[in-house]
Amino acid sequence: MSRTRPSPPAPPASVTGGVGESVRRPDGTLKVKGEFAYSSDLWAEGMLWGATVRSPHPRARIRAIETAEALTTPGVLAVLTHEDVPGRKTYGLEIADQPVLAFPDVRYQGEAVALVAADHPETARRAAARVAVDYQVLEPLVDAEAAMAEDAPSLHPGGNLLRHIPIRRGVQDAAAEVVVAGTYELGMQDQAFLGPESGLAVPDGEGGVDLYVSTQWLHVDRDQLAASLDLPPEQVRITLAGVGGAFGAREDLSMQIHACMLALRTGRPVKILYSREESFFGHVHRHPGRLHYEHGATSDGRLVYVKARIVLDGGAYASSSTAVCANAACFAVGPYQVPNATIDCYVVYTDNPPCGAMRGFGAVQTCFAYESQMDRLADALGIDPVELRIANAMDTGSSLPTGQRVEGPAPVAEMLRRLRAVPLPPARRAEPLDLRELPGGVSNVTHGEAVRRGVGYAAGFKNVSYSEGFDDYATARVRLSVVAGEPQAEVHTAAAEVGQGLVTVQAQIARTELGVERVVVLPADTQVGSAGSSSASRQTWMTGGAVKAACEAVRARVLERAAAKLGRDAAGLALAGGNVLSTGGATSAPTDRGTPSGSPGPQVTDPPGAVVIGLADLLGADAVEETREHHHRPTMPLDPETGQGDAHLAYAFAVHRAVVDVDTELGLVKVVEIATAQDVGKAMNPQAVEGQIEGGIAQGLGLALMEEIQVAGGEVRNPSFTDYLIPTVLDMPPVRAEVLELGHPDSPYGLKGVGEPPTISSTPAIVAAIRAASGRPLTRVPVRPEHIVGLDGSG
Amino acid sequence: MRLTCTVNGEARVADDLWEGESLLYVLRERLGLPGSKNACEQGECGSCSVYLDGTLVCACLVLAGQAEGAEVVTVEGLAAGDQLHPIQEAYVQAGAVQCGFCTPGLIVATHDLLDREPRPSDAQVREALAGNLCRCTGYEKILDAVRLAAERMEVLP
Repeated sequence: MSRTRPSPPAPPASVTGGVGESVRRPDGTLKVKGEFAYSSDLWAEGMLWGATVRSPHPRARIRAIETAEALTTPGVLAVLTHEDVPGRKTYGLEIADQPVLAFPDVRYQGEAVALVAADHPETARRAAARVAVDYQVLEPLVDAEAAMAEDAPSLHPGGNLLRHIPIRRGVQDAAAEVVVAGTYELGMQDQAFLGPESGLAVPDGEGGVDLYVSTQWLHVDRDQLAASLDLPPEQVRITLAGVGGAFGAREDLSMQIHACMLALRTGRPVKILYSREESFFGHVHRHPGRLHYEHGATSDGRLVYVKARIVLDGGAYASSSTAVCANAACFAVGPYQVPNATIDCYVVYTDNPPCGAMRGFGAVQTCFAYESQMDRLADALGIDPVELRIANAMDTGSSLPTGQRVEGPAPVAEMLRRLRAVPLPPARRAEPLDLRELPGGVSNVTHGEAVRRGVGYAAGFKNVSYSEGFDDYATARVRLSVVAGEPQAEVHTAAAEVGQGLVTVQAQIARTELGVERVVVLPADTQVGSAGSSSASRQTWMTGGAVKAACEAVRARVLERAAAKLGRDAAGLALAGGNVLSTGGATSAPTDRGTPSGSPGPQVTDPPGAVVIGLADLLGADAVEETREHHHRPTMPLDPETGQGDAHLAYAFAVHRAVVDVDTELGLVKVVEIATAQDVGKAMNPQAVEGQIEGGIAQGLGLALMEEIQVAGGEVRNPSFTDYLIPTVLDMPPVRAEVLELGHPDSPYGLKGVGEPPTISSTPAIVAAIRAASGRPLTRVPVRPEHIVGLDGSG
Repeated sequence: MRLTCTVNGEARVADDLWEGESLLYVLRERLGLPGSKNACEQGECGSCSVYLDGTLVCACLVLAGQAEGAEVVTVEGLAAGDQLHPIQEAYVQAGAVQCGFCTPGLIVATHDLLDREPRPSDAQVREALAGNLCRCTGYEKILDAVRLAAERMEVLP
C-alpha cells in the first residue's frame, strides 16, 4: 500500500483474545470431553507397569534386600534396588540428600526402597509385596525441637539443623507500652492435587529415554534425571503430559527416575501411576510449624517491635526447605511497618514425611501467627483490628525486616479499607429453616440454638519469583508464519501448564504483541530452553515476559522486512489484524534505493491504522522465529548474621474477610462468605484471575478447618480422601473479590503473581472469625471442634 | 474373564480380565476410554462418575463383572460428535475448568442432576455435587457453569 492508493481505515488496532480479556482456555474443550491426555492416561504398545516398594518404618536400617521371589513372579520383568541406580544415588532440588532408592538408612515412612516392572499393575503390586527387606527398626526422631537438641542423633551427616535464618533489625531490646505474646501451631497440609503422580518412560533404543510426565519444572527434572541415570542431558527428553493440579507438590521428583530406570533396564515403555494412598507418601507436604511471637506497640497502636521464633519441621529430606525457611523469616512480621525486629527461623530434619513447596511457601505459616497476634494486640489496645492494621500497614517505600525497601505498589491500607466497605452478608435467617445453611448441615445437629456469627479480617503477602540471588529465568521461542493463507504464531516454551491457565495467557500475549488471531501454544518440552518452575507466583511474569520479548523481536524483524520491502521507516509501522499498519503521521516516501535510509524523500502522511501490507503477502512461505530469555532484576543473598539484604524481586498482597456461623456447643463451623481484595497488577485474564482467587481461598479454608496429615510416631494415619478432608462444594462459601490493578513498574504489563496470596491470609481470617464467634483463643490450625468448645483446656 | 457390555451406545467386549479389575480400570485401560479419572479409587472424589444402567456411580467402586450386560455412559458419550453438550460448553465458558481432572466426573454428575431437576437451586446444586472434589476452582465457577447450563438447556427444544 502507498499513499497513492489509500486504503480504507483499518479495523481497530486491537485484536480479540488479547491481554486483559477473559479468553477461553485452549485445552478446555478436550478437558470437558474427557479427551485431554493426563500423565495417568498414557499408553504405549508393550507397556509395562512399575510399582514401588516402600518402607513401612519411619526410621530403620536396611540389612538386606531379597528380590528373588519377586523376580520369579510370572509377568515380572525387572526388580531394581539402590545397586541398580546407574549414576548419582541421590537427588534433591537444593541439596541432593534424598536416595533414589534407600540404602542403608530409611528416614521416613513410605520411602522408596525397590522397584518392580510387570505386565499388569496388580502383578507389579503383588510382586512388590514379595520383595523381602530386612529392616533393623530404629526409634524415629519426630519432634522438631528435640531434633535441634545437642544430644539428638544426627539423621544426616551435617546434623539436623537444615537452616537457621536470623534477622536483626533496629533495636534488639526495644521496650513497648503494650506487649502481647503467643505460641501458634500449624499442622501438616497436603497439596492434594487430584491427578496422582504418574508418567510414561519410553526407551529410545539408543541408550536414551523420553519421559512424558506431570511436573512443574521440566529442566530441573531433566538435570536430576540425567545425573542419576548417568546420561548426558540431551539423552533425557521430557515432555509435559496433562497435569492434574500441582500446588507445589510436583516440584520434587516422584516416579521420574524410577520409571526411566525400569524402562532402560527392560527396553520397554514403563508407566508408573501412584494410587491416592501412595500419593500421600510420594510427594512433600506443607511444613508444620510452631511459632512463638511477641509484639510490642505504643498505647496508641504503633508497632514498636516484633520478636519471633519459628520452627518448621522439614521432615526427612531437604527438598525446598531452605527457601521455605527464608520466606517464613523474611515475611515474618507481615505487611506492616515494624522498626525493630528479632526473628529466628529454623527448619530441621526429622523422621517425619519430607516437607517442601506448597502454595504460599513459608508465608502461610507466619501469616497465621502474625495475624493472630495483630488481633490479640488490637484486643489488648482496645482498637478495632482493621484500624490497627491500617495504621501499621506497609506501603511503597516501607522496609522489610531485611532492610529491603518495598518497590512498586503495596496498597495494604487501601485494600483493607475497600474490604471493610464491602457489605456484610445478611444475618442468618431463622425461618424458614434450611439445615444446609447451618453448621453441621443436613446432619441435623442444630436448629440454630447455639449458633453464633463471627467476622474476622487478615492481611498477607509474599514474594513473586525466586529470591536470594537465584536467576530463575524463562525462555520462549516464537515463530510467525502463514498457514493456509492465515498468519499464525507458534509459541514454544517449557513452562508447565498445571491448571492455572498459562497456555491461555501465552496465547493472549502473542495476540496482543503480534496482532494475529491464530496462536498455537506448542506442548512444553525440553527441546526449548528452561522456563523455570510454575511456582512462586512467577510463571506469568517470567514466561509471560519471555513470550512478550520473543514476540517483540519477531515483530521488529517483520516490520523491518515490511519497511525494506516498501521502502518505509519501520518506526512508523505496527502489527494488527494480521496486517502491517501505519501508525499514522509523516513518513518517508519510497526513495530510488527503496529504503528509507538514503536521503529523505518527500514527506507523506498515512491515516493511522492504514493497512500497508498483509502478513500473508509479506511473509509468503517464510517464517520469522526468535527466541528470548527473560531475566528478572538480580536479587541478593541474606546476610547470614543479620538477615539483611535485598533478597526479593517483588511482592503480591491480598486481604481477606471471613464471615462464619459457629455452633458453639458442638464446635462446628459454617463459613458464610469470604470477601477479599487483591492487587494483581494487571488482570491478564480476569476470569482466570478469579479462578485463582477462589481456588486459593478454598485451600486456605481447608487449612483453617479440616486439612491435616495426621502423623504419629512418624507414621501417616490418614493417607486417603476418606480421612484427609479437603473442602467440598458444601464447605466453600460464595467469594466476593475486589481485584485491584495497580501496575508493577518492573513486570510485563504491570502484572503481579496471582496464585499464592489467596491462600495466605484466608486461613487467619477464618480463624479470627471463629474466635469472634466462640471467644476461644484458637492458636492452632486446622481448628478442631474441641478447641472451639474449649475441651482442650484453653479456656 | 470376558466382559460384554454397551458403552456409549456401542457393544463392547473385553477379554482376559483379571476378576479384581474395576469398571474404571476396564474403561481406561482396556476400552480406550480414559476420560473417567482415577483420583482416589475409593469413591470419595467422584472423578470417575459414569452412568451404569442410568444410575450415577463411581466406576472405581464397580467391579467390572457387575457391568456385564449393562449400559454404561461415560463423559466421552455426552457430546454429539464435535458439538459439545450444553453442560460441557457451559463448563468451558464459565471458567469452571482449570486442571480439569475433576471435570469429567463433575460433568456427568451435573448431567444427572439436571436430568432430575432442570432448574436446581444453589443449595440443590451444592448437595448434588458434594461427592465431587475439585482442588483448583473453589467451586464458584462450577456453580456458575451449572446455572448457565440449566438456563441453556431450558430454552433448548
